[in-house]
Amino acid sequence: MSRRVRLWILSAGGTGLAVLLVVACFQLPGFGGDQHPYGDRAVRESLARRTANTVASVNFDQRAFDTLGEMTILFSAVLGTVVLLRQTRDEHRAKPAPAQVAVPVRRYALVTLPVALLTGLYVIAHGQLSPGGGFQGGVVAATALHLLYLGADYRALEWIRPVGLYEVGDALSASAYLVLGLAGVLAGTAFLANTLLSYGTFNTLSSGGAVPLLNAAIGMEVACAAVVLLARFLDQAVEIEESGKTGKTGKSGE
Amino acid sequence: MDDALIAVALLLVAATATAAVATRDPVHQALVLSLLGVALALLFTVLQAPDVALSQLAVGSALTPLLLLLSVRKVWRRRQRQGRTE
Repeated sequence: MSRRVRLWILSAGGTGLAVLLVVACFQLPGFGGDQHPYGDRAVRESLARRTANTVASVNFDQRAFDTLGEMTILFSAVLGTVVLLRQTRDEHRAKPAPAQVAVPVRRYALVTLPVALLTGLYVIAHGQLSPGGGFQGGVVAATALHLLYLGADYRALEWIRPVGLYEVGDALSASAYLVLGLAGVLAGTAFLANTLLSYGTFNTLSSGGAVPLLNAAIGMEVACAAVVLLARFLDQAVEIEESGKTGKTGKSGE
Repeated sequence: MDDALIAVALLLVAATATAAVATRDPVHQALVLSLLGVALALLFTVLQAPDVALSQLAVGSALTPLLLLLSVRKVWRRRQRQGRTE
């Protein structure tokens, strides 16, 4: 295919997409209005299944299959990072030396760490009730752990963060989501259909049927995935060095 | 009142986003990116989307700048080593 033909195809496709988008914009509900056809239906469905946070109901009930896709994207992205950033044959690990941390930084990090970790876990646990959920809380909890790197040093972080365990946790929680979906099939309804468990009382931790369980699975998956991802980046930034011919030169660890 | 808040949040996003594009040094850019994350989170909160705001805050303001800084550090270390062996 010549360059000119490719340009033609690109501009035809681009024009078509632009026309469709502009036409679609005319059909949108007005900005900031309190009536929205999709919003109204989503809220009605979520209240029928006693899920207080409609967004959680959309994510883990009405569109639970989409969330499975998103989880798979994150899972395979982390898997790709692990494969790409592994220690290759011409690299070696240099133990980073303990670092001096300024006292205010240490104090701030060590005070903030438990608060941030608790906030993350709270946001995961209350995903079906208040804004937030497994994804947001998982990222907060995972990044909170890394405050230890600021407050102490790399070895302290490695001590509370055995990467192998988090890799297992990542895989386990991803499978838990799948198994919860398959449970619906085995019970004779549909994949990820929220019909097995009782919907409980509105606005309690256990309300919403399978929503809290799927939310918890996503929370664990995202937290583990973020920890593994950051661990690979940290390994590369702090520990792994290329083995030059001159042997050990840099001990530039933190 | 609502419109004023939305306008302020939008202007903040536009300003920080322009600053993020205009900053050339990756380390400074990571910091500006995290400011952009906060501005976006503010905009989403004003538009009554707290769930998205939380994601933006966690990923855009904390995780992405952190990954950027770690990558910069790795590149710097390699350059330092090369400078020493030459």
